[in-house]
Amino acid sequence: MPLDTQDRGTPLVEMRNMRKSFGGIHAVDDVTINLYPGEVVGVLGHNGAGKSVLMKMLSGAYKRDGGQIFVNGEEAHINSPRDARQYNIETIYQTLALADNLDAASNLFLGRELVTSAGLVNDALMEAETRKIMARLNPNFQRFHTPVAGLSGGQRQSVAISRAVYFNAKILIMDEPTAALGVEETAMVAKLIDELKAQGLGIFLIDHDIHQVKALCDRASVMKNGRLVGTVKVDEVTEDDILGMIILGKQPEKGMA
Amino acid sequence: MADSTDTRDLPKKTRRNILDTMEIDTRLLGMIGAFVVICIVFDVWTGGRFLTPRNIFNLTIQTVSVAIMATGMVFVIVTRHIDLSVGALLATCSAFMAMTQTAWLPNLVGLPLGSPMIAPIAILVGLVVGTAIGAFHGWLIGYLTIPAFIVTLGGLFVWRNVAWHLSRGQTIGPLDETYVTLGGIEGTMGATGSWILGALAAAFTVYLMINARRNKVRHDFPVKPIWAEAVIGAIAVGAILGFVWILNSYEVPIGRLRRIFDARGETMPEGYTAVYGVPYSVLILIVVAIVMTVVAQRTRLGRYIFATGGNPEATELAGINIRFLTVKVFAIVGFLCALSAVVASARLNFHSNDIGTLDELRVIAAAVIGGTALSGGIGTIYGAILGALIMQSLQSGMAMVGVEAPYQNIVVGIVLVFAVYVDILYRKRTGD
Repeated sequence: MPLDTQDRGTPLVEMRNMRKSFGGIHAVDDVTINLYPGEVVGVLGHNGAGKSVLMKMLSGAYKRDGGQIFVNGEEAHINSPRDARQYNIETIYQTLALADNLDAASNLFLGRELVTSAGLVNDALMEAETRKIMARLNPNFQRFHTPVAGLSGGQRQSVAISRAVYFNAKILIMDEPTAALGVEETAMVAKLIDELKAQGLGIFLIDHDIHQVKALCDRASVMKNGRLVGTVKVDEVTEDDILGMIILGKQPEKGMA
Repeated sequence: MADSTDTRDLPKKTRRNILDTMEIDTRLLGMIGAFVVICIVFDVWTGGRFLTPRNIFNLTIQTVSVAIMATGMVFVIVTRHIDLSVGALLATCSAFMAMTQTAWLPNLVGLPLGSPMIAPIAILVGLVVGTAIGAFHGWLIGYLTIPAFIVTLGGLFVWRNVAWHLSRGQTIGPLDETYVTLGGIEGTMGATGSWILGALAAAFTVYLMINARRNKVRHDFPVKPIWAEAVIGAIAVGAILGFVWILNSYEVPIGRLRRIFDARGETMPEGYTAVYGVPYSVLILIVVAIVMTVVAQRTRLGRYIFATGGNPEATELAGINIRFLTVKVFAIVGFLCALSAVVASARLNFHSNDIGTLDELRVIAAAVIGGTALSGGIGTIYGAILGALIMQSLQSGMAMVGVEAPYQNIVVGIVLVFAVYVDILYRKRTGD
C-alpha cells in the first residue's frame, strides 16, 4: 500500500487545526491529522495527551472550540453524536458504552431502533438482525436475552463492534479496544481490524501498546500535552522512535509522514 | 471475536424446570405469592371478612391513587432520580381542580354549577397544571443539573403550600357530580358493563399472546411448548374474569338503591338488586397500566429511559438527549399526579388541605417493593402496581383486625426494608 499521502487523493477524514480547552487547559491545541480509506492510523500519547479528546470531537461527544473537520474533502458539521453517525462515523469506546441492563440487541440498536409500522420498537426483528451479525462476528455468542452486564469482556466488545459494523461505518474510532480483553480475544480484535481495513474502512486506533500499534497501524500520530508531535509511517521507524515521540516529544530523523 | 469459555459450555436450550419452561417471571410469582399470603392471613384473622367482595372492592379503589403515581415513579427511579413531591403535586392539582369546578368556572366564567362541561374542563386544567409542573421539575433537574432529590424536596414544600394558598386552607366541596364518579364507589360500570370489559380484556390478552408467539416463530426463535402457553393463557383469562366476578358480586345495599329510586321519584320494585361492578377509577388505573407498560417496553422513549438508567454516558453517546428525556419523565409523573388527584379528591368528594400527605413515601415504597432498583435501570410497571396493592392490603388488613395506625406504619416500614432485602438476595441468587 502506498504511504505517500500526497499521491493518495482525498483523505477520508481530515481534521485541521483542532482546538479544545477545558477551563484554562488546552487539551487539544492546533492538531491536524488525516485518515485514508483502508488505513489504520494509531493515535498515541500519554494519558492526558489529548488523544481521546481529539477523537471525541470527531465522534461528536465534545464540541470543538476551533478547527475544521472534512469528510471526503467536504467540510463536515459535527456537533453531536447523532451528527457523527450521519457521516458514518462510529466509535468503540474504551468503556464500551453499553447500557448494562439491556440485552445485546437493545444495545446494538440504541438510538437507532427498528420500529414497526405503528412506531413501536420491533424487538423480534432487532434480535434477528443481531443474531445475523453475531453469526458473522462471533459465532459463539448465544446469550441474546441476558443483560450485557452478565457478558464477558470479549462478548461485550463484540456487541460494541457489531454496532459499528451493522451500521456500515466508513470511519471507525477505536479507543483502546483491547484494554479489557484477554490474549485470545485481543487476537480476534486484531483480525477483525484487518478485515475491516480490507473492506476500505478508515480506522483511528487509540492504543497504549506499542507492539500492537506496530502490528496493526499504517501510520501513527503522536500527541503530547495537547499538541501533535508528528505523524510517522510505522514501518519506517523503530519502537524506540515512537517511544521517543511519546515520552520526549522528539521527532525521529526519518519516517515522518 | 473471542469468547470466554462459559458460553461455549452453554447448552443450546435447556429447560431446567417447569417455571423455566413456561418462562414465568419468578419475581412476579414471588410478589403474587406474598400478596396471596397476606390475603389469606388476614382473611383467617378477621374470620373471613377480608376476602369478601365488599372488602376487595374497597381495597381496589383505595389502591388506585397511589398505584397510578407509582407507575410514573418507576420511570423516575429507573433513570436514577427520585421524586419526593408527588403527594404535594397531587394536592396542588386537586386544589386547582376543586377551585376550577366550585369557584372559577361558576363565578368567573359563568358556567353554572352542575353543568356537564364542568368536570371535563376541571380535569383538563388539573392535567395541564400537573404536566407543566412536572416538566418544570424535569427542566430544573435535566438542564440546570440540580439533583432531583433537592428539586422535588423543594417542590414538596412549595406545592403542598401552593395548594393551601389556592384554597386558603379550606376544605372545598362538594365536588361536581360527574367528577365524583371517577372516585370509586360513586361511579361503577354495573354487571353487564363489567362483564363486557372482562371479556374484551380476556380476548385482548389471548390476542397478544398469539401475536407474540407468531412473531417469535417468524424469526425462528425458540418458543415455549403449546401447553405452557395454554396454561398461562388460562391463568390470565381466569384472573381477569375472576376479578370481574368478585367486583360483580358486591351488591349495592338495599337502602342505597331505595334512595336512588326515591331521588328519581320512582318506587323500587320488590326484590330489585344491583351490583357495583368495576369502578371507573379502576378502569383508569388499568388504562394507565397498559399505556405505561407499552411505553416502557415497546417505545423508543421507554428504551431510552431504561438505557439511561443502565448507563447515562452510553445513552448520551448513542445520540440521545437525556436532558430532554428527564423533562419528559417528570412531565409524565406530573400528568399521573394530576390523574391521581382526580381519583383521590373524587373519592373523598372534596378537596382537603391534607390530601395526598405522605403519598410520596407510599408511592416510592410501592415502586421499590415492586422491584424497582434505586440504583436505576430496573423496574416494571406491574411490579409497582402490585407493590401498591400489597401495601394497601397490609394496611387495611391491619386496620380490620384493630391494629392502631401508628403500629400499622411501623409494620409497613419494616416490610419495605425487608422487601428490598429479599430483592437484593434474589438478584444475587439469579445474577440478574
